[in-house]
Amino acid sequence: MSVKFSKEHEWINAADSNAAVVGITVHAQDALGDVVFVDLPEVGKTFAAGDVAGVVESVKAAADVYMPVDGEIVEVNEALRDDPSLANSDPLASGWFFKVKLSNPAQLEGLMDETTYSDFTKNA
Amino acid sequence: MTDSALLTTPLNALHLELGARMVPFAGYSMPVQYPAGLMAEHLHTRSAAGLFDVSHMGQLRLVGPDAAAAFESLMPVDVIGLGVGKQRYGLLLNDEGGILDDLMFVNRGEDLFVIVNGACKVADIAHIQARIGQRCQVIPLPEQALLALQGPQAVTALSRLAPGVAQLVFMTGGAFSIAGIDCYVTRSGYTGEDGFEISVPAAQAEALARTLLAQPEVKPIGLGARNSLRLEAGLCLYGNDLDTTTTPVEAGLTWAIQKVRRAGGEREGGFPGAAQVLAQLADLQGTAGVLTRKRVGLVALDRVPVREHTELQTLAGERIGEVSSGLLGPSINQPVAMAYVRADQAALGTRLNAIVRGKPVAMQVAAMPFVPNRYYRG
Repeated sequence: MSVKFSKEHEWINAADSNAAVVGITVHAQDALGDVVFVDLPEVGKTFAAGDVAGVVESVKAAADVYMPVDGEIVEVNEALRDDPSLANSDPLASGWFFKVKLSNPAQLEGLMDETTYSDFTKNA
Repeated sequence: MTDSALLTTPLNALHLELGARMVPFAGYSMPVQYPAGLMAEHLHTRSAAGLFDVSHMGQLRLVGPDAAAAFESLMPVDVIGLGVGKQRYGLLLNDEGGILDDLMFVNRGEDLFVIVNGACKVADIAHIQARIGQRCQVIPLPEQALLALQGPQAVTALSRLAPGVAQLVFMTGGAFSIAGIDCYVTRSGYTGEDGFEISVPAAQAEALARTLLAQPEVKPIGLGARNSLRLEAGLCLYGNDLDTTTTPVEAGLTWAIQKVRRAGGEREGGFPGAAQVLAQLADLQGTAGVLTRKRVGLVALDRVPVREHTELQTLAGERIGEVSSGLLGPSINQPVAMAYVRADQAALGTRLNAIVRGKPVAMQVAAMPFVPNRYYRG
């Protein structure tokens, strides 16, 4: 399983390191509540790990979406822009946010695996 | 504040049993939403009936023959002229005309029954006691809980348990036995819908809440939906849309200042900050430069939520104000906001930009409420 998790509650599936998929976790969408708006990055833009790459908003709150690794945005989820509730109903699949071409795949080692992330959210 | 320092309402165990997500609010642990979620709770209240625990709010009685005249000396409001059984909106002002709190009060005949904001209640009671404690008894009611039942089917649900409540009209109140529990009920609320607020002894609050939740129309609603409902209804939230730096005239609450307290009225002035407030009332368009800013409603022309503290600019880029409350209105499915803007930018239809994450979002000054009120006026 090549899905990794960040402390900022993003997941990244880097099965294809030229188009690693990034979204927010089940825990993140649950904490936010009903998602009503997403702001997605521009395709072609590059970010460093930890940069704010997007925004996700529920009725009650707005949260930044952080880049989990260095890379360039190669695709964004237009379906999510049209129907932000996908971030609630299917956060790990059709509710993905963007795809990124990794600059430094070794950075994935610094992220959490599913078990570690699960413990992290329980202790948060 | 740590969770252990938070107060709880008499319904705390019920909230936990219902699966509520609890958050700190006004010093209390309060339900922000239940498992149905904010959006579903909001829409349920607009279509059926929602039960809110608002026991964090302050309840007090003012007692004595001089109570109405004394209370009137703290607010730009007609208290003396309020009939028995009638409820009215009031504003406690500081000596500069700034709003210390907004409140509701009922003339119950034997007393004035007052409901104030939870976050303000300690300061309010101290203020009222200090200013008019010599003229009437100021009696806090910490042993009373407060429930709100709101929505178009609230009257159906509540009158099944207490048939007489159907006789109440908007902004009136009376004593009722609901399922054998002695309550004081007003037909009012904070959602723009028909509905009731029910003051109930704390010891019986949970039994009452369970009885209300057993009615088929009723579901529990958290503070998250309470906020989105009140914003769509154009109602101010103290701390966001009102504070000690805003006056009733700036806040667009001139309807709450009855003629009898205005210039030329029988009991003109005589409240804290009267000079400032009456001068602003004489300059409602801001042309004399006395009234410099106004609260307005805004709708976004793009589907981007615009939140509190967002800067507002003219189309030419001049800063003219700030958003005080904003979210995507679940019922109208459009971003709505309240804001304070320069008086010359407050006309309905005025186009302006909100600066969200450095980018302009087109907005327009719009009439409030954003969703039509559905109060029952008989």
